[in-house]
Formats: sequence, C-alpha cells, structure tokens
Amino acid sequence: MRDVAIIGAGLTKFGERWNKGMRDLMEEAGLAALEDANISSRDVEMLFGGTMAPGSFNEQEHTAPMIADQLGFHNIPAVRIENACASGGSALRQGYITVASGIHDIVVVGGVEKMTDITSSEATTALGGAGDQEWELAQGITFPGLYALMARRHMYEYGTTEEQLASVAVKNHENASKNEFAQFKNRITIEDVMRSKRIADPIKLLDCSPISDGAAVIVLAPLEKARKYNDAPIKIVASAQASDTLRLADREKVTELKATQLAAQNAYRQAKVSASDIDILEVHDCFTIAEVLAMEDLGFYQKGKAAKAIADGETALNGKVSVNTSGGLKGCGHPVGATGVKQAVEITWQLRGDAKTRQVDGAEIGMTHNVGGSGATAVVHIFERGD
Amino acid sequence: MDVAPASLWRKINARYNLVGNVCENCNTGYFPPRVVCKNCGRKSKLVEKKFCGNGEIFSFTKITAPPEAFKDDAPYMIGLIKLDEGPMVEGHIIDNGTEVKIGGRVKLAFRRMQTEAREDLIHYQYKFEPV
Repeated sequence: MRDVAIIGAGLTKFGERWNKGMRDLMEEAGLAALEDANISSRDVEMLFGGTMAPGSFNEQEHTAPMIADQLGFHNIPAVRIENACASGGSALRQGYITVASGIHDIVVVGGVEKMTDITSSEATTALGGAGDQEWELAQGITFPGLYALMARRHMYEYGTTEEQLASVAVKNHENASKNEFAQFKNRITIEDVMRSKRIADPIKLLDCSPISDGAAVIVLAPLEKARKYNDAPIKIVASAQASDTLRLADREKVTELKATQLAAQNAYRQAKVSASDIDILEVHDCFTIAEVLAMEDLGFYQKGKAAKAIADGETALNGKVSVNTSGGLKGCGHPVGATGVKQAVEITWQLRGDAKTRQVDGAEIGMTHNVGGSGATAVVHIFERGD
Repeated sequence: MDVAPASLWRKINARYNLVGNVCENCNTGYFPPRVVCKNCGRKSKLVEKKFCGNGEIFSFTKITAPPEAFKDDAPYMIGLIKLDEGPMVEGHIIDNGTEVKIGGRVKLAFRRMQTEAREDLIHYQYKFEPV
C-alpha cells in the first residue's frame, strides 16, 4: 500500500443553478481541480464519479464515461459509484484504494447531483430510494420522518431539546455565510428554526438540508509523486467505511449510527489518532439531529451530551473543534452525490490555509463523515498536510 | 411511494396478516421475514410466524410533508412499534383520539393504506391502533 495525497480540489457554487446541467457542473468543478493540480486532462488515468440518482433527477444513467468524455479524459476506465447520500465519500474511498494499490497514479474523484430540474415532491421520491422502498417508503414514511423517529427517541432518552437541535442549523448557516460556494448566505436564529413549517414532527423545515445542484472534484496521486504537482499536498491518513441494516427498525438502537461508530474506530486506528486530535470536521448534517448523532458516534461527545455542547458553541468556527466550516449540508447545500467529495475539498482548503474568512487557526488534522440513507452506509476519512 | 401492484401482491401475507419468521436456532423474530437470520447466517432455521401485533410505541412522528402518493392522507402518524414478540416494525398509528406517546400500548389493525394508488387499486394492510 502506498500513501495517497490530494493534489487538486475543485468545487462549483452550490444552490439552484438553473443555467447549468449535470455536465456543466462537472466541467466547472473538474477544470478547477485539474488547474489546482497543475495537470492536463491527458494525465488522468481513471475516474470515479459519485452520483446518487441521475436516472430519477435527469433521466441519465451511465454518467461516468459521459463525464470522462466531457473533461477530455479520453478512453480511460470510468466508473459511477452509488451509495445514496454517501456516493461521494464512497467514490473517494474507491479512488484512494486504486492509488494506494499501485494500479493507477493519477485518479480523479468526482461527485455531482443536478436536483432542481424536477419538482420537490419528485425529488423527495427520488431521495426516498436511499431507504427501504417496500417497508419504509411504501408505508408513507419520508426521509425527514426516519430522522424524526431518531430525534424523538433521542429527546426521550437524553433530554435533547428542539432548541438544541435548532442550534445546529444556526451554526451551519453562520459558517455558510462566510463561504462563497454556499447555497445559503443568510444567518438564521433559533426562533426562525422553531417557527419554520413542521415537516415530520419534531423536524421542521429549517432542520433539513436543502435540494441543491452542485459538483465537487478531487485529484489523487501517490504521496511520493505529489510534490511534483502541488506544493501543499494533503495526505489521506485514513479511509474507512461500514454498513448497517437498510431499515431503521432493524437496528439495535435508533439513537446511534453503528456504521459511523465502526468506520470512525477503524479510521482512528489507521491514522493513529483519536477524536481529541481532530481540529476540523465536516459531518453529515442532512438533518440537525444527524449532526448531534455524528458528534457522539464519532467519539467527540458521550451519548446524549453533544446537543448541549453544540448549543453552547463548542463546535463553532474556532471552537473546541470546528465542525462544518463549509456550512455543512444544511448551509452549504446538499447535492447528494457531490456532498462527500465537497467535504474533502473543504478540509483540503482548510489544511492548506486557503479557507479565507472561515479559516480555522492552526488546523492540522481534518476529518470527513459522509452518511448514506438513514445510516446504512458511513464513510470516514482523516487528512493531514503531506508536505 | 407509488408502488407497483405486483410488488405489493408478492408481500400480501406479510402486509395483510403480519406474518414474519423466527429463527429456531436463536429464537430471534423478524418482520418483514428474512431469508437469512442475522445471527446464524447460512445455518439459520427460519420458520414462518404470525405476530399478534400487540406492542409499544418506541418512537413516533407526525408526517405533515408527505410523499406524492400519500398527499391526500396527511397529516398522519408513523410509529416505530416494538412488538411484544420481538421485532420492531415501522407503521401507521391510527388516530382514535388516544394520545400518542412513547411507551403507549398499541394493537394490530387492518386498514385501507392509500387514498390514491397506481391503476386505482385499493391497498389494505396492517396499521397500529393505540389502546
């Protein structure tokens, strides 16, 4: 196994990008990443493209060769990776494995979702495919509904409050307001969240991540060759993934994501670090309760303690640990296939010191956490500067 | 979700009668039924079992933003129901005026599922009624 580094990162602005299709978004992020890595299209040896449901959103399958063609990666092997909302993180892990194994040197990992060409209720249906179609979605259970079942039980067992959950959205909008790529630039208050429309009690509209368009691209290379392309390569020091039952009701507990716990434990072993060593963290806050669960399951807080800590500001920008500096899924936006790759782009910029007004002081070790569905997939990566 | 009629028909025994299965090796019950026991893998000995449907509300939510296929039914209550006989089941909680709360008891009911469904078929299946 060889050490693997990120030598290029590119991102589109997330949001309602009416004048851009799926290919346009991938071109925008892809060209930015190639330029950042200082390589030409001809240098790329393989492409992994993370996308969840282009068939439902755009009636387009077979997206990996399409993207390879659009970016001028002539005739290279190109594979689409689908793991629901963890498609991007899963694609990054496949790219990591490919470079680490020695099969290829320069590998591009892309993530994209073009979600706004269909109505919100059609998008809700498409996203529903991340759960159990027969036994959850066909019962009238929505995705917010599944997280609402987790939130209600967490509130019952640990005394977590709706206001504490709301504080996750407030923090992530605050961070997003400093990110030029974010979908939302507006700051919100606890009262705004509490007053927003109820979706699946206790989850309200402003507890939910939005429907977004966007793409993110990372270029990987063996660390030993990385300096040739980039003065500040970012080393991937851990890449871990775990799965769990597709159906929420089949889990041992609904107040934790076991897949997150297992992936995190594996990642900490690989990187030889613990949660207390992590300076910056991008977690999968598809709903506010998801960030609370993540902070507990990744080992930053004991079960039942994260919500209060977040409400107290411990995870704000330059807090005890800076969480979702990009604005997270809630503030930056959640084009599902792009999210896991965007998390790695944000960590890359932070570790290089390029995160502008949202730069975390002295950030040395970063982590990403990407979840699929209600927790059936979790992918965790840890990063350090490689120079 | 606007499900194909054939896929609902395939599961009719489970959906009409709450029939799952239980592994005779480790006595773990499953609903919906599984082909392989989570504990015993290839050595599992699964036999059909009809669950009586009595249980307790483990968690619940009121869906006010429904999927397209349930738009005429909202708002409705969804519960995670811990059956007395083991498995946890996700399903509708009927509004009979009883307060829905964690720990509340429920019993099995048989009800119409969606107001509008593909090919105008009317679907029925299990729901849970507070007692």
